[in-house]
Amino acid sequence: MISALASLDVGAVEVFAQARSGWSGFFTLATLVATVAAAIRLATPYLVAAVGESVGQRSGVLNLGVDGVMLLGAFGAYYTTVQTGQPWYGLLVGLGIGMVMGLLYAFITVTLHAEQGISGIGIYLFGLGFSDLLFRQLVGAPRPILGFDGLFDFTVPEGRLEIAYPDLYNHSLVIYLAFLLVPAVTLLVNRTTFGLNIRAVGETPQAADSLGVSVARTRYGTIIIGNTLAGAAGAVLALEKGIFIQNMTNGMGFIAVALVYFGAWRPLGVLAGSLLFSLVTAAVLQWKTLGILSGAAAQLTEMAPAAVTIIALVVVTHRIGAPAALTRPFRRGAEH
Amino acid sequence: MAGAVSADTRISDWVVQRVVRRVMGPAVPLAATVAALLVGAAMVWGFGGDPVEGYRAMFTGAFGGIKEFADTTVKATPLLLVGVGICIAFRASVINIGGEGQIIAGALLSTVVVLAVPDLPRGVLLPLALIAGAVGGACMGFIPGVLKAYANVNEILSTIMLNIVAGYMMQYLLLGPMIDKAAVEAGNHIAQTKRLSPNSDLPILLGDTQMNLGIVIGAAVAVAVFFLLWRTSLGYEIRAVGGSRDASRYAGMRVERRIVQALTLSGMMSGLGGAVLVFSSVAHRLSVESGPAGFTQLAGFNGIVAALFGGLHPLWTVPAAILFGGLLVGANALQRAVQVATPLVVALSGLVVVFVVSSDRAVRWARSVVERFDAAAGSDDDRTDRAAEATGAAGGAEEGGP
Repeated sequence: MISALASLDVGAVEVFAQARSGWSGFFTLATLVATVAAAIRLATPYLVAAVGESVGQRSGVLNLGVDGVMLLGAFGAYYTTVQTGQPWYGLLVGLGIGMVMGLLYAFITVTLHAEQGISGIGIYLFGLGFSDLLFRQLVGAPRPILGFDGLFDFTVPEGRLEIAYPDLYNHSLVIYLAFLLVPAVTLLVNRTTFGLNIRAVGETPQAADSLGVSVARTRYGTIIIGNTLAGAAGAVLALEKGIFIQNMTNGMGFIAVALVYFGAWRPLGVLAGSLLFSLVTAAVLQWKTLGILSGAAAQLTEMAPAAVTIIALVVVTHRIGAPAALTRPFRRGAEH
Repeated sequence: MAGAVSADTRISDWVVQRVVRRVMGPAVPLAATVAALLVGAAMVWGFGGDPVEGYRAMFTGAFGGIKEFADTTVKATPLLLVGVGICIAFRASVINIGGEGQIIAGALLSTVVVLAVPDLPRGVLLPLALIAGAVGGACMGFIPGVLKAYANVNEILSTIMLNIVAGYMMQYLLLGPMIDKAAVEAGNHIAQTKRLSPNSDLPILLGDTQMNLGIVIGAAVAVAVFFLLWRTSLGYEIRAVGGSRDASRYAGMRVERRIVQALTLSGMMSGLGGAVLVFSSVAHRLSVESGPAGFTQLAGFNGIVAALFGGLHPLWTVPAAILFGGLLVGANALQRAVQVATPLVVALSGLVVVFVVSSDRAVRWARSVVERFDAAAGSDDDRTDRAAEATGAAGGAEEGGP
C-alpha cells in the first residue's frame, strides 16, 4: 500500500527526471525548479487541512480527527467523480462531508464537552475504517479517475509575458485557491468581528462569555470551517492523484495538526511550515528518482520531516504559547 | 422533601454511592458499545446484508468454539498490553497516542536481541527478548515524557510524530541491516527478518490452536499494573498528578518525574506488546511487508479503545481487550456471512471511542433537557441534581480500591 502511494508521488516528479543522475543531476536549474514545483503541489493538502485546523485551534478546539475527515472527503470526492465524471462535484462533496463531520465533532466536543484529544482519535478511526469500508463495498478494485489532471490548469500565457521557469506557476486552479486561503483566513481571524470572537474564545472564554459572545456558537463555527477544509484537503489529495487507496493520507492529517503548532497558529506560519515540509519530501522523492538515495536509505530520509517537526515543536512551544484555552471545554461558571 | 434528612434519603444516598456508581462504571462503556453496534447494524443493513445474521456470524466466529476463542485471545493480547499502558498514561492525564511507535520500538529491540544471541536456551532467551521489548517501548515513551515534562511539548503531537519516525525506522532496518539475507540472495527482496530462533517462540498453550503464553503475560501485567496504580505510592502520585497537577505540586510531589514515569511505563507495556506480536507471529519473524500498520494491526490505537472500554482500569481492560479482539476476529466471519468488509470493525471502534468519551456529558446533557421540562412542572430538583452528580462521577472510571 505504501509502495503504491510512493509510486504515485514519484509520478508527480518523474516527468522531470533527468538523464544525468546523482548529485550533479540534482543541482541543475531544471531539476531544482521541478522540485519546487512538486513541493507546491505536495504542500496543497497539508496547507488546506492545516489552515482549517488553525482556525479551530485559535478558538480553543483541538481536532485530531483531521486525518479521518480527510480520508472520508477523499473517498467522497473520488466516488462522486467516478460516478459523474465531474471533479468539481467531487470537490463539493468533499467539502460537504467535511461540513457534516464538523457538525458532529462540534456536537461531541462543544455540546457534550468530550475530551478533545481522545474523541479526535475516535473520529480518526471512524474515518479510516468507514472510508475503507465504503471503498470496498462500492468500488472494490482501485480504478483511476481523471481528476484535476489537465482540468482548469492555469498556464502562463505564452508571449505576452516573459516569465522565467513557467513550471513554477503552471498549476491547477485548485492549488491557487488553496494558497488564497492563507490571506483569506488571516483576514478572517484578524480583521473581522467573528475573528475577534474566535481569538477571545480561544484565550479567555469566560471573559468572552461575559461580554455576550457565545462560546458555543463561535466554536461550532470554527470547527465546521476546520473540518470543511479537512474534507476539501482530502478531496484535493484524491483528485490530484486521481485515485483512492485505503489509508491514502498515511498520517497527513496528523502532520497538518503538527504544522499548526509549527506555524504558531498563524496561517502564514502554517504556509511556511507546509512548504518546508513538502520541500523536504519533494527533494527526497527527487533524490530517489535520481538514484542518490535507494532502497533502505530512502526510508531513513523520509522520517526526517517528522523528526524535524518534533524539534520544531520544542522550539516553538518555548517561544510562542498556544491559545490559552486550547483543549479546554467551556462551561459557564466553571474555572476551566 | 428537599430539606428533610431522613433515613430514606440516607439509604438513597447509599444506593447512589454503592450501587449506581458500581453499575454505572461498566454500564457507560457497555451502552456506548451497544450504540456503536447498532450503528454498525444500520451500516450492514445499508449495504444490503442482514444485521442479525452478520452479528451472529461475528459472535460465533469470535467465541463459537475453542479454536475461535484461541484466535480471539491472540488478537486481544496486544490490545490488552497497550490498553494497560494507556490506563497508566491516561490516569496521569497524559494522552499517549504513541502506542504504534512504542509497539514498533519494542518489536525492533527484542528482534535485535534475538538476532544477536539466538543460541541461548529458551528459558533465558525468551525472558530476555521480552524484557528487551519492554525496554524498547519504554525508551519510546521516555522521549515524549521528557519533552512534555521539561519542554512543555504537547505529548499528543510528539507521540504521533514518533509513530511516523518509528514506522520509517522499521522499514529502513527491515529493508537494510536486518533483512533476511538468505532470501535476498535467493531473489526475494521482502522487508522482513529471517525466521527467528525457535528458542524465542512463545509457547503454544492449547494443542492445535494459536493461543500462546502472550495472553497470560498480558493478564499478569494487568494485575501488576493494578497493584502499581492502587497499592503503591508511585501509583498514587501518578493518579494524583492526573487529578490536578497544581495540587500535586503543592503537596510536594515531583510532578515532572511522575509524568515521565507514566509515559515511560505506558510505553513499556506497548513495547512488551510489540515483542509478543513478533514472537507469537505465525511466521516467527518480524515483517513490515504490509507496512508498519500491517504489523501493529493498529493495536496502538485499538488499545486505547480497549482501555476506554475498560474504564481505564487495568483489570477491566482484560475482558474489554478480549471483547475487541473478538470483534476483530469475528469481522472475517461477518464478511463471509453478509459480504460487508472487515474495516467495518475499525469504523465501529472509532464510534465506541467517540461514544465513551462523550457519554459522561451526554447523560448530563440529556438530564438537563429533562430538567428543563421538570423545572417547568415545578418538580424537586435537589434530587435530580444529586443524581446527576453521581452519574457524572460514575461516568468516569470507578475507583479500583475498596
